Amino acid sequence: MSLLPWIPVATLVGALLALVAGARSAAAARVVALLTALFGAVAAGAAAARFAPSNELVTLVDLPWITQLGIRYHLAVDGISLSLVVLTALAATSGVLFSWTVAERVGEFFALYLTLVAGVYGVFLSADAFLFFVFYEIAIVPKYFLVAGWGSTRREYGAMKLVLYSFAGSALVLAGLVWTYGAGGAEGFSFGALTEAASRMSYGENVAAFGLVFFGFATLAGLFPLHTWAPTGHVAAPTAASMLLAGVVMKLGAYGCLRIALPFYPVGFAAWQLVIGWLAVAGIVYAGLVALVQRDFKFVIGYSSVSHMGFVMLGLATGEIEALAGATLQMFSHGVIAGLLFGVVGRMVYEREHTRDLVELEARPMHRRLPGAAAVFVLAGLASMGLPGFSGFPAELKILVGAWNFHPIWAVAAAVGVLVAGAFTLRVMQRAFFGQFGAAGAEPGEGGERLTLPEKLGAGLLLGATILIGLKPDLLLDWIVPALQSPAFHFAATNVVP
Amino acid sequence: MSIDYALLFRVLLPEALLTATALLVIGVDLVWGSGRSRGSRLQMAVGAGLLGVGVAALVIWQDGAQGSVWAGNLRVDLLAVAVRLGVLGLTGLSLLGLTGSRVSDQPAEYVALALLATVGFLQMAVAQNLLLAFLALELASLSLYVLAGYDRSRPESAEAALKYFLQGGVSAALLLFGFSLLYGMTGRIDLTGISMALAAHADGSLSAVAVGMVLAAFGFKAAVAPFHPWAPDVYQGAPPMSAALIASAAKLAGLAFFWRIFWSGLGPLAATAPLTGGAGGGWVPVLAAMCAVSLLLGNLVALAQVSIRRLLAYSAIGHAGALGLGLLSAGEVGPGPLFYYAATYGLATVGTFACLALLDRAGDGDRIEDLAGLRRRSPLLAACLAVFVLSLAGIPPLAGFFGKFVVFAAAFRIDGLSHPAGWVALLAIAMSAVALYYYLILLKQAWIAEDVRVRGPIEVPPAAALGVVLAAGLLIVLGAFPSLLLGRF
Amino acid sequence: MTASLLLTGLVAVPWLGALLLGVAGSLPARAARSLAVLASASTLVFGVLLLARFDPSLAGLFVEERVPWIRSLGIDYHLGLDGMGLLFVLLTGILGPLALVTTLRRATRVRAAGAWFLLLQGSALGVFVALDFFPWFICWELSLVPAFFLIRGWGGAHAGTAAYRFVVFTLAGSAGLLLAFAALYAATGTMNFTDLARLRAAGELAGKLGALGAWTPVLVFLGVLVGLGVKAPLFPFHAWMPATYAEAPAGVSMFLTGVMSKMGVYGFFRLLWPIFPEELRAYAGPLLVMALGGVVLGALAALRSGNLRHMLAYSSLNHVSYCLLALFAVAGAGPADGVAVESALVGALLQAFNHGLSASALFFVAGVLEQRSGGDSDFARFGGVRNAAPRFALLAGVALFSSLGLPGLNGFVGEFLIFRGVFALQPLAAAVATVALLVTAIFLLSFWQRVFHGPRSGAVAGSFADLDAAEWRVLGPLVVLMILLGVAPQLLAGLINPLAMSWAASLTLP
Repeated sequence: MSLLPWIPVATLVGALLALVAGARSAAAARVVALLTALFGAVAAGAAAARFAPSNELVTLVDLPWITQLGIRYHLAVDGISLSLVVLTALAATSGVLFSWTVAERVGEFFALYLTLVAGVYGVFLSADAFLFFVFYEIAIVPKYFLVAGWGSTRREYGAMKLVLYSFAGSALVLAGLVWTYGAGGAEGFSFGALTEAASRMSYGENVAAFGLVFFGFATLAGLFPLHTWAPTGHVAAPTAASMLLAGVVMKLGAYGCLRIALPFYPVGFAAWQLVIGWLAVAGIVYAGLVALVQRDFKFVIGYSSVSHMGFVMLGLATGEIEALAGATLQMFSHGVIAGLLFGVVGRMVYEREHTRDLVELEARPMHRRLPGAAAVFVLAGLASMGLPGFSGFPAELKILVGAWNFHPIWAVAAAVGVLVAGAFTLRVMQRAFFGQFGAAGAEPGEGGERLTLPEKLGAGLLLGATILIGLKPDLLLDWIVPALQSPAFHFAATNVVP
Repeated sequence: MSIDYALLFRVLLPEALLTATALLVIGVDLVWGSGRSRGSRLQMAVGAGLLGVGVAALVIWQDGAQGSVWAGNLRVDLLAVAVRLGVLGLTGLSLLGLTGSRVSDQPAEYVALALLATVGFLQMAVAQNLLLAFLALELASLSLYVLAGYDRSRPESAEAALKYFLQGGVSAALLLFGFSLLYGMTGRIDLTGISMALAAHADGSLSAVAVGMVLAAFGFKAAVAPFHPWAPDVYQGAPPMSAALIASAAKLAGLAFFWRIFWSGLGPLAATAPLTGGAGGGWVPVLAAMCAVSLLLGNLVALAQVSIRRLLAYSAIGHAGALGLGLLSAGEVGPGPLFYYAATYGLATVGTFACLALLDRAGDGDRIEDLAGLRRRSPLLAACLAVFVLSLAGIPPLAGFFGKFVVFAAAFRIDGLSHPAGWVALLAIAMSAVALYYYLILLKQAWIAEDVRVRGPIEVPPAAALGVVLAAGLLIVLGAFPSLLLGRF
Repeated sequence: MTASLLLTGLVAVPWLGALLLGVAGSLPARAARSLAVLASASTLVFGVLLLARFDPSLAGLFVEERVPWIRSLGIDYHLGLDGMGLLFVLLTGILGPLALVTTLRRATRVRAAGAWFLLLQGSALGVFVALDFFPWFICWELSLVPAFFLIRGWGGAHAGTAAYRFVVFTLAGSAGLLLAFAALYAATGTMNFTDLARLRAAGELAGKLGALGAWTPVLVFLGVLVGLGVKAPLFPFHAWMPATYAEAPAGVSMFLTGVMSKMGVYGFFRLLWPIFPEELRAYAGPLLVMALGGVVLGALAALRSGNLRHMLAYSSLNHVSYCLLALFAVAGAGPADGVAVESALVGALLQAFNHGLSASALFFVAGVLEQRSGGDSDFARFGGVRNAAPRFALLAGVALFSSLGLPGLNGFVGEFLIFRGVFALQPLAAAVATVALLVTAIFLLSFWQRVFHGPRSGAVAGSFADLDAAEWRVLGPLVVLMILLGVAPQLLAGLINPLAMSWAASLTLP
């Protein structure tokens, strides 16, 4: 436990060091970045090994900060945050590995990347709403520069859209939280104080405040119809950034919904549940259908991210403990899987083939040219389809359970979403890698390019994670479920199975 | 009652020091400066000016808050001390930035005028008396009018000065008219006396006119819509550091000035009628409406700008709306948030203009594209500019973010959405998203866009470098530890 | 080896073989082929070992492994085998190696093909032994992946579309399964087949499902029905079948029709019936119509076909639909129909097994014809094969007549028992099915006549070699089995009789 609170700070220091190191040589910057990411991984791993699941947030650091407003530098962890910290560690490390070949202004790239990572870590570990918000916003600006500076398709437009939507979402959150603070007469910004303040607001105020906070966070989570920034932004971003953006940063939004919006305003939540659920379901199906007709490989993955996040939001909408646990698990699962998918598209395929057009790729014997990439993508694709044995399956199962309990039609629609996901994943798998499969030619492996060591390590890390959790989801659920028993989630329905 | 003249002298020592420095600068330049290069004359002037500013600041810091002085005509409370120090700091940074500007003919006079303006600012922070207040305001304003027109090589500067002077003159006249009405109604010129008299009984229509006049003057001073039209031209036309001074120190002092007038003097007329009911309503709803218009107009029009300084002007109008919000909420939570926001806003603005001055000196124009390739031409400036712009945009952990945050929190504290301030705060939050767009455009040019014309590196004199680094550093530190400032209140 | 690991071993060995083949990059083709066949044949070994443990008097599971696995979802690692499961395991053990050998015979990329095939075989076995939804569903879904690659990579000209459609259809069905089991878990806290069956037997399941919503029990039933129906296939979910069977390489088609379609049939018996007997009874009418549709459509379409693969595909539809017909007829039965129910059930399972053998053999025949003619198996390309390759004709003939249901061959007893049972339970349906029998006879015989009889023509006019040693090794044992099981059907029936009797008595799984 003792290293955890140092992760955000250490990562920021690492960012600075990477910037300095980059002035000397690109290799130095890479090494610094990798070491920083590994520090986070080691710290998270140590904490995970020693973690004793409990109902409450376990305080790591609690220092007075801005006493005039009752704001404290308060970091704490529970099962939910720890799962997501582990996810961040995985995504950050493999992201650095997948960025090993970035050649321009390497120091700046990794400095921005690590700043983003630090912000993300900070959000997951915060136990004070102001601190949460500060870290949330710290994560915004590096995104712009990463995408506009090192991205590809329409990068400036994509970057601006990405950042403005994120910022607009966070503006909504700020409005809601500060309003609650003011109108509810809160004594500080700790989670408890604001929850209390919210309970003092009138019914209408509660509903409105929940709307602001939830939809502010939901913008970043990619809830339909506030999701339009995501495909454009993720496609424009460089590989490591896409991995992090789709894999982890979107989860910031969902985490905000789970940690702040729902517990602070249970009354408002109850009023909005149906709307949220329907929007989530619409997102699952709509994004899936759009993914089915895309011609750019990366756009398929981008839309699939929106579809998967729809599952998370659906789980949240049902307000059932089982589904909330499923939603958290899905956050982890999709984070890993999105990392894999973007890693394959961006690093393995695009950097070598210089095209992402499925029509062009179909004409090339990709399964022979990049057998490693094909294998990784098949596995990642199966995971993305929700195949049992990978982490997506138990998550989606739990969410479906919650949907059945709350509103059965959602379960049916979600199952349709699963089917569509299978279809578009299969389609892209076929076109991108197996267009020439079966055509006469040499054994795969002959004349094929091998993956580099960093790529293998990065992919291996993520694949290992999704398979491990797929076969033994208890590893995470044993953390998550107790955390959901905390008093903060007392509003959640527990139609726990007998 | 007996008046403690020793105390009065002590309190006025900073002003005296600055005036003396101003005269000294002119004198020394006359004697020593003829035949010397413009650069060394500038350095001498700036050096002397900084010395004066530094000593004055030291005096204020040591003395601290004295309370009521000179039979209640001056009030040296916590806010006054903070504002005086802030103003001196901003002036000091402006002087540092001056070393990086294109040197004008008469640098010593420039510095002297800046110092005299500062004297006006210092007085504005402590005046409790209508006459003194007006005197201070005019002293500052007149100096600023001249400073705005100081660049004789460009007609825009003269135009800016003229517009500033004309509109400023009108607003001064309005203010004086309002003051005289207040005197006529209450028979008093000290703010506390006026406040008591108004609380006892207030003549509806007269007080409305008086308040209206004061609001108009405030609107002009702070560049709040609809009294803002001077701002774009002045920001664009005036020499960069003049604009810096106008945008930072003048605004800080002006806000403190009007805080006293509105809350100490016109407090009883606030009559915050809740939106849900009640008839009438004092200056609070009107001010709230002005802020709302400023926020909208400033941020939306800024989107269309191609000139950096006009963009900054419109964004300043937007910020003025938020600052006005701080003024509104100061009645409930005190002047702490207002001061913090104004001070840090001033820091960011001075820093930005200092960077622009350096660019101007290197021969670049005022268009946004002229920032292209700044990363390569001067990493220091690009980095500091990023800090300044992001602080203006309100990105944590910089001070600008916290300033906005604490002002919004205060606004909601009054009475949530039942009070107009709450709604203005919502608008301000929404507009901050709009503002991010144009701020990012600036940074995009500086950091990402490639310089098509391939211009050479920008030379940054050490004093100017010190100035921008200091400003950036303060923004970072104050952003991380806001209690350093807030705790003073 | 203790009993508790036999089942795990059964599934694991083919998968291990697949893994080894996958990573051993430098293995020569011969070694790869041997390794693959060995791993595949292990199934038969395990099957025999399990057979040795089988207790004919016991109607329930005779070997079981159950370990808690994922606590938070109430999932156990639960494998188990009763007579029915053993039947299918033995079928896989027989057909697996034969189909594998056929696939690898002339394939390029032996290593890859072998690895995919073993993965497929292991998955199929997993489906037959798993008794908890999670492991069962893993294997069910996993089987799609190797099937897809085998069809795509080693199949015919239009293999791509066929494979894609096959997978998408099955995924659609799987989505229904997922949905249904999520609801079951939500309602009961378990997804274990035996536990759910017990809940149903105790009468509690309907109530719990109903608590989720008025439409939930029906939706859940439909979800499972569709999921299983796509696999079997049950008309009208069969649209993927003809193209897939036609485009897949011969050996893979053997396995598809012989084993994979039986996964669907097995699912009906293991899942649908024990857990949803009331819904089955309620919808027995429409379901009967669907099964009949399959029977009739299969027969008629096969009749109109001019291509052996195509014909066999539809014939498979026809034969599998008989099994389902029997089940649906039983579903509507009452307690007084004990004898008829037993008869139908035993017949259905025997039919499943025997059809596996004969259809596989016939697909092998198609493969031989294709290989000899260097192209497809259109009837027009052949004539008088009997003259050119008499031994081949003999074996093919046996397979053909077995498929026809000639008494004395294995195909007869299953069909006979089915008809005996269905006639007693649903005479009208049986009458319609009888017509289909007639049609079956017609198309099979006309195929026989056109291809095997008459003067040598088309591809046969030139050289047309008789069966070589390798081909004997595949077709021979199949034919021997067909004859053996035709003469002594009690060898198989002994496996399932007690089961059928207890089903008839209680209409649930013990």
